[in-house]
Amino acid sequence: MDTLIQYLQYFVNGITLGSIYALIALGYTMVYGILKFINFAHGDILMVGAYIGLLTYTALLGSSTSAVWMLAAFFIAMIISMAFCALLGMFIERVAYKPLRNANRLAPLLSAIGVSFILSNGAAWIFGAQSRRFPYPFDDTPIVIAGLSITPHQILTMAVSVIMMIVLTLFVNKTKMGKAMRATSLDQSTSELMGIDANKIISMTFAIGSALAAVGGILASFDFRVYASMGTMTGLKAFVAAVIGGIGNIQGAMIGGILLGVLESIGAPLLGIPSALRDTIAFAALIIILLVRPEGILGKNEREKV
Amino acid sequence: MRILEAQEVTKAFGGVVAVNKVNFNVEQGLVNGLIGPNGAGKTTLFNQITGMDVPTSGKIIFDGNDITGLPAWKISRLGIARTFQNIRLYNDLTVVENVMMGLHFKVGSDPFHHRLAQAFRSYFNAGKENRELYTRALEWLEFFNLTHVKDEFARNLPYGNQRELEIARALASEPKILFLDEPAAGMNPAETEHLMKIINRIKEHGVTVVLIEHDMKLVMNICDNITVLSFGQKIAEGTPEEIKSNPLVIEAYLGREDD
Repeated sequence: MDTLIQYLQYFVNGITLGSIYALIALGYTMVYGILKFINFAHGDILMVGAYIGLLTYTALLGSSTSAVWMLAAFFIAMIISMAFCALLGMFIERVAYKPLRNANRLAPLLSAIGVSFILSNGAAWIFGAQSRRFPYPFDDTPIVIAGLSITPHQILTMAVSVIMMIVLTLFVNKTKMGKAMRATSLDQSTSELMGIDANKIISMTFAIGSALAAVGGILASFDFRVYASMGTMTGLKAFVAAVIGGIGNIQGAMIGGILLGVLESIGAPLLGIPSALRDTIAFAALIIILLVRPEGILGKNEREKV
Repeated sequence: MRILEAQEVTKAFGGVVAVNKVNFNVEQGLVNGLIGPNGAGKTTLFNQITGMDVPTSGKIIFDGNDITGLPAWKISRLGIARTFQNIRLYNDLTVVENVMMGLHFKVGSDPFHHRLAQAFRSYFNAGKENRELYTRALEWLEFFNLTHVKDEFARNLPYGNQRELEIARALASEPKILFLDEPAAGMNPAETEHLMKIINRIKEHGVTVVLIEHDMKLVMNICDNITVLSFGQKIAEGTPEEIKSNPLVIEAYLGREDD
């Protein structure tokens, strides 16, 4: 009985972690869906999002201790950080990727790695190497239900992620802009013939992906603190999640993210892996999925035409 | 009335002048033919007009507006649709979905125009809108006799049907001019016959047609006027009768008789 509850606990923790991965994975997958390109700077955008969130939150809060204002300030900070990262994502696409759109496929990839270094080293330069704690905007005493303990920040993480994912799904499926985006990811040149401005769609994709990364970054910093290279490992895992779900597929990124979070959380105790090595689980999962189902869970099997 | 006018359009690729100071007029409501031997610059001229490429010099006037060098998506928004020699469909969508794409991004309905307000409105009407589009797409398929394959993936259609679908999708966006690049290429005589009927019906619909074609029977039968290009230059224009008897055209196609 105790072990069952323990594993249920790991499961809950896994879903929380996984929903963060999912938010970040969406940015990788949407950009890949349209440009067939992995934006390796995406992880560092989540770091920028976390810093902007932390700074605006502390500035807004001032010396206030009002519980309502703490929560309000947190959400305002999150929205400001989303807006900032959306603009940053569009700016990066404009200066670092757009000029290389017709170049060799390797060129934008290298450019992305360059942007990634600029962002993480720039942050280390501006904010220092010291990691910072993101204060909880509420009392984070765990709530215990039938032996299962769940903290308010876990509830916040899940609630915010679920809302973001629902809004994104509705946007992509129901609005005209969302449809234009899906059309562009199916076939860019044909969509231009339909009168769709592909440049605008690409900008918008980077904006949405980066805004979601900002949210992911802020939510991740409750557990991992805020520091200049925080985006590297979290970003890489979100990328793994996107591949597991089927890169290019939005639902796939959500499923892949949550699955990876749960695997990591349950896998370590289940397999008796020391928790210091739990990062290996994500990459082992990547290798397995690439061997067994390289197109990912929801990905489409694209056969090369002969 | 002239709906489109290409003035002195030149396109050079390095030292090769593919289109050389060509004046090309498109008359509203008619079927305008563009013919010439292989390599005469017909498709290149199409590409300059439809925004796939930017002319080296010259001007393109559509409906009184200068559209020279505008990107393809903008030109298609203004009401110029086209098909390609190598068919461009959404291969992973079904036949009816391809037509719905044309309807969805119809000329004049910019998905970015009203931004947020539009996004919300389109969200609340999405279900109703989709049903409407589906019904209208079926009407287009009916027009092209493609109803029986409506749920096939576009990639699985026979070649002739893919061409028809490409034209159907272009028409669904309600363009003012439809540019057809060798629509009969690779079609058998029965399919070509059907295509001729379709082009005539498009004309009856009030859509101006510009047609590149090698099938002379088709061209002479359905074109109201014909422009002839050879080695990047316009060598003749006129009615099918005039073109048939023009010595320059005969020379361009058959070569000069040496005596």
